[in-house]
Amino acid sequence: MEENYIKHQYAPILPKKDEWPVVKLARERKEFVNKVAALAEERILDLIGKNPEILKEELETTLYREKLRIKQNPWDVDPDDEGPFWGEVKNSLLQIHSEVSLTKAKKLEAYKAVLSKITSRYSEEIASNFKATHYKFTRRVVTYGFSRLLNAARVKGFGSLFSNQYTLQDKIQITGQTAQIRELATKGTIIMVPTHFSNLDSVLIGWIISVLGMPPFIYGAGLNLFNISIFAYFMNALGAYKVDRRKKNLMYLETLKTYSKEAIRFGCHSLFFPGGTRSRSGIIESKLKLGLLSTAIEAQRANFQQGISDVSGKIFIVPVTINYHFVLEAPSLIQDYLSQTGQERYYKENDEFSNSYKISKFLFKFFTKGSDISVSIGRAMDVMGNYVDQDGKSQDKWGREVNTEEYFMSNGKVTVDAQREEEYTQMLGKRIVEEFHKINRVFSSHLVAFVAFELIQTKNAKMDLFDLIRLPQEDLVVGYEEFKAACQVALDKIFELKAQGKIDAAPHLYRSMDEIITHGLENVGMYHAKRPLIKNKEGNLATEDMSLLYFYHNRLHGYGLEKLF
Amino acid sequence: MGMALKNSSKPQPIGVIGVGSFGTAIANMLAEKSEVMVYARKQEVVDEINTQHSASGKTLNPKIRATFSPEELCSSCGVLFLMIPSAAFLEVTRTFAPFLHPYHLVIHGTKGLVVKLGEGEDMDSVKKLRRNQIMTMSEVIIQETLAVRVGCLAGPNISKELSNDQPAATVIASKYNEVVQEGQRLLRSEKFQVYGNFDIIGVELSGVLKNIIAIAAGALAGLGLGENAKGLLISRGMVEMAHLSKALGGTVSSVMGLAGIGDLVTTCNSPDSRNFTVGYRLAKGETLDQILETMEEVAEGVNTVRIVDAFLKTAGIRAPITENLHRVLFEDLAIEEALQFLMKYPFSVDVDFV
Repeated sequence: MEENYIKHQYAPILPKKDEWPVVKLARERKEFVNKVAALAEERILDLIGKNPEILKEELETTLYREKLRIKQNPWDVDPDDEGPFWGEVKNSLLQIHSEVSLTKAKKLEAYKAVLSKITSRYSEEIASNFKATHYKFTRRVVTYGFSRLLNAARVKGFGSLFSNQYTLQDKIQITGQTAQIRELATKGTIIMVPTHFSNLDSVLIGWIISVLGMPPFIYGAGLNLFNISIFAYFMNALGAYKVDRRKKNLMYLETLKTYSKEAIRFGCHSLFFPGGTRSRSGIIESKLKLGLLSTAIEAQRANFQQGISDVSGKIFIVPVTINYHFVLEAPSLIQDYLSQTGQERYYKENDEFSNSYKISKFLFKFFTKGSDISVSIGRAMDVMGNYVDQDGKSQDKWGREVNTEEYFMSNGKVTVDAQREEEYTQMLGKRIVEEFHKINRVFSSHLVAFVAFELIQTKNAKMDLFDLIRLPQEDLVVGYEEFKAACQVALDKIFELKAQGKIDAAPHLYRSMDEIITHGLENVGMYHAKRPLIKNKEGNLATEDMSLLYFYHNRLHGYGLEKLF
Repeated sequence: MGMALKNSSKPQPIGVIGVGSFGTAIANMLAEKSEVMVYARKQEVVDEINTQHSASGKTLNPKIRATFSPEELCSSCGVLFLMIPSAAFLEVTRTFAPFLHPYHLVIHGTKGLVVKLGEGEDMDSVKKLRRNQIMTMSEVIIQETLAVRVGCLAGPNISKELSNDQPAATVIASKYNEVVQEGQRLLRSEKFQVYGNFDIIGVELSGVLKNIIAIAAGALAGLGLGENAKGLLISRGMVEMAHLSKALGGTVSSVMGLAGIGDLVTTCNSPDSRNFTVGYRLAKGETLDQILETMEEVAEGVNTVRIVDAFLKTAGIRAPITENLHRVLFEDLAIEEALQFLMKYPFSVDVDFV
């Protein structure tokens, strides 16, 4: 049962890049942007019941918030004409306001014109700048550059820099339903939903998609990432559209949703990080941000409404987990989590990814030292969370065929019911979380971090998390034999869960317990200045950073393993 | 099947599964506005309905047609009312499962809980239950079938009064607005008010938990206690229901509604109800076995006491009425002693959940 991972060469499913949906979309970018703007406008007017007074209020709120954002939280990536644009909006609003003689209908028309300008601007801003040539170039740079680094590090001797003995696939293993996702990508539209722990995830997933021979996926990337030029290049090349988390006004959010929905309907495979942001605690996402997810359900319903009931109009949800020994941003993520007082608040995104130097340093370490990554591709589901087969047909728990369209029907017709779709989105969110837990792949480092933290917590049963983190280091020691025995108990339970299909385990967990522990200690948070878990001089387990230990421990949260202690 | 539905312009009949007293009453109410098709398991009952317009003596609206084919019922109807006793609920749901589609709206009127047990386990051997081992009836439907748009019907609805056309009201609860609206449209009449509620779990739990208090109310009557005691019981019962409902995933506000306090008051004043009778006869000195021997159907409250008592062991909350009833029903505690215990129980606060 040792490392039995086989490297595959995946042929591209659509060899001609002209056929890639994302290329087609780029070709029709202008029309698409206009279409999104118009549809978003329609959607907003529906939401406010075409009432000019409410529209006025929403416009004023948006204007106020945008002006505040420009003043208080400007970013490099913001365009220069923002000030003048919102100044114009302000003037238009004032002018409409001053014309007291306007009829209700005329007023609505006037406000609609302002709304239209705003949705057009947002739509243009969100739209991706995908260029197939950039994509090819980036892909080659990533693959070539990385494999040079890798071979330089692993193959000894002169000329190792040009060896091809190791490829990126030795470093990053792809497991799970790879054949299915390739198959379905030729038939319908894929929405990949990965767990999110690191800013590198999007680059990683972009690379995975290309290794699997699939055309690029589009995805919403945080606009803050475009502040860093190296990322901006990657993101554009990978088909990213921009999501600005500072803008929380109705008009922006509706334009964003419309963009996502229409891109899916266009046939673009998409990538959502359904957690919305990187997991601060290191826990696998349990509550998903449902905004973008709801666009998958809307797009599916819209396809049915238009009579596209065959597989070509079907949308497939594919959960993916990314499994690491080491998360570069862990120290700042966990600090964020700990200082969070239970309420959602704004995070300043900075430190580790603040400059290209740090990123390059990390990448170099990553490729020249250990720390493998595995990416598990889950089984595809329809938008209701039913598994689908190779042909894209949905099946219920008993393997009977399900017609997804029927979820959207009443009295024999496909109907639009926003409240129903909201419930469906929640159901889908729950199913994705369930699948995350099933395909999550346990590494030695997760096991040792989990067990060590639980043992320390059990020893200090009366303390809460914050007390534990403040404990002096000499109190944070666990005897090796005790630790080893506890690891065995936890591992047995993990294998029991695996037999039930509730979790997955890396092949290295089939070694002897001493080897597993050694492997885990070598890898857990290996590049952090302060290591979460080490063996001290006496051969016992100690931690240099309790909050990091907590972070890596959290990866195994949600399986009831805590009860073992 | 789906195609047949798509092409018909004629309004579909409303399906009713089960022709017990409640099912019959609901079928008759539905028949005032819509065509109705009922399902009965036995051929002779189907024939009786179709030829004599009665079911086991209860009169049915002549517009109601009967079938014993689950397939026919499901393919003809888009909206189904599942009106079956809780003991048969799982089995009937499984019978219908192959024919239920995601487009069906299913509204049930059953007050009970189903327990998920492992192989070789039964309620005698299992002493503790976690929430995920307990299912409300809507959870059973979602678990066993493809139907997702599920609702429930709950409230003080004594079948006899409904059949006599006396004024009453009910609650339709569902997470789906369309289910609530459809239920209201189909059932609302001059004599029957229909309220909507989005907290389906809370409404289902209200209907289930009130059965516990109904047994206690019967016991008080059997002991010959008066109205003061009844007022005390209803008030403390409501507090207990609120805590239990919250622990099981419902909201307190549903307990305050028609399906909770409304049904509780009605049931505690209905000497004919099975749960009340169990309590009454217990107080007169009979054992549970003796009582059950002479009852046609198990009083649902007896099961509920058992399930909730097992749930309390994992939930970390106390529910003194339920716990003491459990001891009376299953552990041979004398009912007078249980009453003594309750009178001494240190409730210090009148209302502690609002």
